[in-house]
Amino acid sequence: MDSTPGDDRPQAETSSRSSRSAAKPAKATSAASGAKGTRRRSAGSAARSVGPAPRRVRPHPAGAPLLDVDAMLDTERIIVCCGSGGVGKTTTAAALALRAAERGRDVVVLTIDPARRLAQSLGLTALDNTPREVAGVDGTAGGRLDAMMLDMKRTFDEIVLAHSSPERAEALLANPFYQSLSSSFSGTQEYMAMEKLGQLDATGEWDLIVVDTPPTRSALDFLDAPTRLGTFLDGRLLRLLLAPAKAGGRAYAKVLGAGIGMFTRVITKVLGAQLLMDLSQFVAALETMFGGFRARAEETYRLLGNPGTSFVVVAAPEAAALREASYFVDRLDAEGMPLAGLVVNRMHHSDAVALTVERSLAAAEKLDEHGEHPLAAAVLRIHAERVRLASREARLRDRFTSAHPDTPLVEVEALSEDVHDLAGLREIGYALARVERLERAG
Amino acid sequence: MARAGRAGTVKRVSGKRTVTEDVDGEASGPWDRRLHIVTGKGGTGKTTMAGALAVALATGGRRILLTEVEGRQQIAQLFDTPPLPYQERKVASAPGGGEVFALAIDADEALLEYLEMFYNLRRAGKALGKIGAVDFATTVAPGVRDVLLTGKVKEAVNRPDATRPGGLAYDAVVLDAPPTGRISRFLNVTAEVAGLAKMGPIRAQADSVMAVLRPERAAVHLVTLLEEMPVQETVDAVAELTRVGLPLGGVIVNMARSPLLKVNQSRLARRGELDREEIVAGIKEAGLEPTRELVDALAWEASQHADRVALETAERAEIAALGRPVYEVPLVADGVDVGTIYRFAEMLRAQQMVG
Repeated sequence: MDSTPGDDRPQAETSSRSSRSAAKPAKATSAASGAKGTRRRSAGSAARSVGPAPRRVRPHPAGAPLLDVDAMLDTERIIVCCGSGGVGKTTTAAALALRAAERGRDVVVLTIDPARRLAQSLGLTALDNTPREVAGVDGTAGGRLDAMMLDMKRTFDEIVLAHSSPERAEALLANPFYQSLSSSFSGTQEYMAMEKLGQLDATGEWDLIVVDTPPTRSALDFLDAPTRLGTFLDGRLLRLLLAPAKAGGRAYAKVLGAGIGMFTRVITKVLGAQLLMDLSQFVAALETMFGGFRARAEETYRLLGNPGTSFVVVAAPEAAALREASYFVDRLDAEGMPLAGLVVNRMHHSDAVALTVERSLAAAEKLDEHGEHPLAAAVLRIHAERVRLASREARLRDRFTSAHPDTPLVEVEALSEDVHDLAGLREIGYALARVERLERAG
Repeated sequence: MARAGRAGTVKRVSGKRTVTEDVDGEASGPWDRRLHIVTGKGGTGKTTMAGALAVALATGGRRILLTEVEGRQQIAQLFDTPPLPYQERKVASAPGGGEVFALAIDADEALLEYLEMFYNLRRAGKALGKIGAVDFATTVAPGVRDVLLTGKVKEAVNRPDATRPGGLAYDAVVLDAPPTGRISRFLNVTAEVAGLAKMGPIRAQADSVMAVLRPERAAVHLVTLLEEMPVQETVDAVAELTRVGLPLGGVIVNMARSPLLKVNQSRLARRGELDREEIVAGIKEAGLEPTRELVDALAWEASQHADRVALETAERAEIAALGRPVYEVPLVADGVDVGTIYRFAEMLRAQQMVG
């Protein structure tokens, strides 16, 4: 096996990695990724595999602007990662935060629901709703990384405690409506994530805050929920419900007339009278405490729209995830929210796309017919499956880019195992920033 | 060889190895239930499997209702039909005269329907919508929302139809349910509304939903990929569903890779030590030009494949350790379309997930 002249890497490495330089004309290889060979997997996974490395710096798709991750990490104050469930959002947020910290910034990452082992690697073993410094971060550039996991109920409780007398707080915390709202309203998590973001931002303690968003059923919920909660808590219905608590039972019907009469009749019938009383008490307590949730929600919204904030939409190469990403990009645009770009995780690619699925399978069949070279036949079948997967993923991504030609994006190669340590996050960071192995060494 | 899909079964797509260890006394397939609830971590193909299960159940002439509750119109996308209104409509036929109907359940509509059905209050309900009361009931009181959604599912499960054999409108209902992270709270409606409604109609409705969720009438199936996080969520969900007493069904493994390398080759591939001379010889024999670049690319792809298969093997063992019946469908590299649904339905039938 011959080695590229001037290549001083050990031959075993070269054999699998130099293939990059052999880009066939059919392959739209960008110069950035073409020249320098590729990286090997991190030491952390060496125990499982010492084979050739997955190449995470993939050829960037032609025609799509590249998302400049490092520029974003070096200048922004807030980065919000959003996308539908199961696309690697939390991992992406953690990888971005780690990379920014190791580039010299003071960073805090607010995660919502990290996988157990990822949480452990970030030192998030205790759910105490306070940022803690992450151990093992390379601080030579002068940065640091703190991490915290959002405790939605606790964040809500803290707001209550901070804004009322102990007796009132106690009454509210015990109210079944409050308990239900603070622990399971589908918008509360989003709202509290924003509340926490506002709190962290107000301290001025960090250069950059990276926020992971809740695993909502739809990426759009995240944008809607704060306003929905704000509208609800500040809305007309609540004013109606507040009336009895404020004016006493008799004035209630008089002030509000027939409409509310019907309302209470229905609510009482459907939900029961006790529930209405609990609700009314709950709302009264809330109102005196907050004086305008809507204003708070609007403030959060403003913070998100500010210069210095970037939204990163995360997707996997699946039709549903990219459809969600597409909606989300449009929505951010419509709201005037600053979109940095799209991260497509878990892409597969082949260095030998010139060997098509059909030819590869035909070749494998030919070998099977003669009953010879079973290894080559197997390898050709593996290749066919990979090319098939890669082309489908590219097709899905192209669909996104044709609809959003100006949205910058970056693709991250699929890993053959999950990421659950800093070394793995660092690798994702390199892939996001498209850093080649050799640059890193130099 | 024992029947596929029994408790503790490990069945590979390739069918090369089958380990069976039946767990006696546990509910196991084939799942002859009135209500099939399909959940899974986001991105595992929950809707696809719910669709395949609906077609599998309908096969042979039955009538099945497939429902979704998250307002995402995923069933319509799956079956390539226009968005579903709040109205049951046929989305697919199954072999042997079977029919799959679909319904996207909407909490607001369900509340209005509920008010109309029980209190003849539809107009009042609409008026309430204007002042945000419907919003309140369906959004802010989360238990109420879930009771409305599951209540509608229950209604479909129990709906009589004297013109049909069996006297019921549907032979079974398949629910494309919220993801594993929320499933036990979603289904355990009695506990959820307990704090809000100690008695009264909401509580009664919740109790009637729980009556449908008995093991002989319902089963919660979990869809997973052979990856660490989905498997972890599946393990957690099994524990949680068991703890709250909800009826567990089977585990459906989606997107499983068929191992294409022999065990010893796989080991070599993972170490980067595949016999390149042999690959070169084979490629030449097949009439292709074995450039170094091509052989490099193929060897790398083989190592990726071997890594992935090794990961899946480890995760498959975790799933098997749950002691639940396991069903498996392969990765479809070209992507899922309506044809895939029928193929998967056939596979689930072949593995005796349904009778």
